[in-house]
Amino acid sequence: MLDPSRMLPLTVALPLLGAALLVVAGRLLPRTANDVLATAVAVTTCAALTVLWLRAGDGRVVSWAGGWRPRHGESVGIVLVGDRLGIGLALLAAVLIVAVLAYSWRYFDEPPERHRGSFPALLLLFEAGMCGFALTGDLFDAFVFFELMGVCAYALTGYRVEDSRPLHGALTFGVVNSLAAYGTLLGIGLLYARTGELGMAQIGAQLAGHHTDALLVTAFVLTVTSMLVKAAAVPFHFWLPDAHAVAPTPVCMLMSGVMVELGVYGTARIYGTVFAGPHGIPAHAYQHTMIGIGVLTALVGAVMCWQQRHLKRLLAFSTIGHTGLFLIGLGLLDPHATAGTALYVAGHAGTKAALFGLVGVLLDRHGSVDEHALHGRGRELRLAGGLFLLGGLALSGLPPFGTGLGKALAEHAAGEYAGWLTAVYVLVSAVTGGAVLRAGLRVFGGAGPAPRRSHADIETSGEGEEPEVRDPRRAVPLTMTVVPGLLLAGSLALGVLPGAGRAVAAGARAFGDRAGYLADVTGAHAALPPPPPPTAWTGSGLLLGLLSCGLAIAFAAAAVWLPAAPERALRVLRRPAGPAHRFAVVPLRRLHSGLLGDYLMWLTVGMAALLLAVGAQL
Amino acid sequence: MTLLPFLAAGWIFLVGLYGMVTSRNLVHAVGCLAVAQSSTYVLLLAVGYRRGGTAPVFADIPVGSTVVDPVVQALVLTDVVVGATVTALLLSLVIQIRKRTGTLDPEALTGLKG
Repeated sequence: MLDPSRMLPLTVALPLLGAALLVVAGRLLPRTANDVLATAVAVTTCAALTVLWLRAGDGRVVSWAGGWRPRHGESVGIVLVGDRLGIGLALLAAVLIVAVLAYSWRYFDEPPERHRGSFPALLLLFEAGMCGFALTGDLFDAFVFFELMGVCAYALTGYRVEDSRPLHGALTFGVVNSLAAYGTLLGIGLLYARTGELGMAQIGAQLAGHHTDALLVTAFVLTVTSMLVKAAAVPFHFWLPDAHAVAPTPVCMLMSGVMVELGVYGTARIYGTVFAGPHGIPAHAYQHTMIGIGVLTALVGAVMCWQQRHLKRLLAFSTIGHTGLFLIGLGLLDPHATAGTALYVAGHAGTKAALFGLVGVLLDRHGSVDEHALHGRGRELRLAGGLFLLGGLALSGLPPFGTGLGKALAEHAAGEYAGWLTAVYVLVSAVTGGAVLRAGLRVFGGAGPAPRRSHADIETSGEGEEPEVRDPRRAVPLTMTVVPGLLLAGSLALGVLPGAGRAVAAGARAFGDRAGYLADVTGAHAALPPPPPPTAWTGSGLLLGLLSCGLAIAFAAAAVWLPAAPERALRVLRRPAGPAHRFAVVPLRRLHSGLLGDYLMWLTVGMAALLLAVGAQL
Repeated sequence: MTLLPFLAAGWIFLVGLYGMVTSRNLVHAVGCLAVAQSSTYVLLLAVGYRRGGTAPVFADIPVGSTVVDPVVQALVLTDVVVGATVTALLLSLVIQIRKRTGTLDPEALTGLKG
């Protein structure tokens, strides 16, 4: 058996190698051979990460590239550090890559003749970027891997170059994310100027000898902004719905399932190792800022999610809503909340990827992802419809799904910090789950009266989408329904199997153990951290899960069947809702203008606000 | 070290940002992104500068002489590669947008909103 520290670089190198092979050999091999090669590489990476996950235990696997270890406390080497949470996220990415490869097995039936291997090669490159980002212990490498996964994601988003909207979405995505990444590089430069180190642990150790001042706050804000942009935190979130609405469905599965969550992870990791020590950014300043951003993101995501009729945009905004909850969870700096959030992320990844996959079936059948135009047209897709509704319930936190358990643990920890945060968790998961249920009931069940066709100037309809396949007469490929089913089953298993929760709890303990991280990287010994938090279902967690699920069903039922109620009753309801809609929702929707300049303006405003918020709390 | 290089880097970043926010041409916008990126070169090279230092190549200078920091130079090289990749990809997207829509004005791309 290989030494774990030697296996760590393999998890990045394997997909890179596979991608290079596919690009070189792709044009010579037939399509099936390309798919087999890509799947084999992805499965091998998955296996390597599983072994690492098992062997990392409660500690960390540390690997110095080329054996350039630190000498006398100074280092020029590059380090990879894997703990349970980092390896777990990389594993999640690898599992989703396998799922996506299986899902898109027959999806793009006619790849470009001369570049047959390009789609799977891009997927593998994307995987290498995500694994590297999750496992790196070096701040500059984090930037490089961040850009690698970014560039692959931009290219994959604009993969269908025949249509102008994917190109538009990919360009917005690329410009906003890259600009933020260059900001991060400025921040890294400032940190290097202050400490002379690039490793996260080394910078963190050196900062203890300096004072918190304007330079450190600026470096913190610059470094964290790109992570928050990737995590689609409000007001940095504008690129996400545009990119998700137009990206090929398999790419949406990856971006919503794991890439966005990597932004949340990066924020927490960078704060936790680099800035959390003495003379860093004080914990209370970080907590308040992150909880503020998280609540804002969760609420904006939920409101916007409910308003959508474009199914992919609906799911994209639900991802924003959930990312807000993840930001709150990791912003609490509490092992219980971290464990819950980690489970929530994993459960959400399975659920959201499954839902996107099922929307892909609709796109495949009807060339549309518009909730209004598809009313009742999904009736013959019984299995897909059932899975879609189940996914909506799972998204709202139905026990015993992994999303439900993660939400229960995180909202309990959040409720101990401030009681009203529990309400945010319940409300946001209920509204996003309800929106999915509403769409599912209408599209797959034909429930309620057909919605009136509106042509408002503030929304994107889902009509006129290019079908991603060429031949609508063939049956839906089996993998396109089986893969979402398996992903949902995986999400369920996370909440049912007690081993999963325990392992994540141990990972959460190691994640919060800053001294242990620093000691492991520098080769010293640290005291053992406190025991891992419990991760079992509790009575209150079950009840709150059922509550948000019930609310989701109620919201969906009201939206679907209320329009059939007598006109007099409706008028009573509309009277208070009208002004709220006109003065709050419509302006909010108008902010999502699709214009690049506006989004960059918001990026600047957000950075300035972050600077002021953190600076004012010192 | 003086504050000047840091201020210059900040200025270049903001100028690039301003250009992107007000841009009416996508090629111009991607160019402004490259301008914003070049602020990172200025900042990194300024961080590694040593007064009286020479290039960190020890082929023809005695060991122990003052040189500028080679680490930041490696960083800038990597940064250049990353920037070239991003700019090339974005420009190719812009070319495709021009082919499909016939326009380069970002304000004319209104397919995604709400």
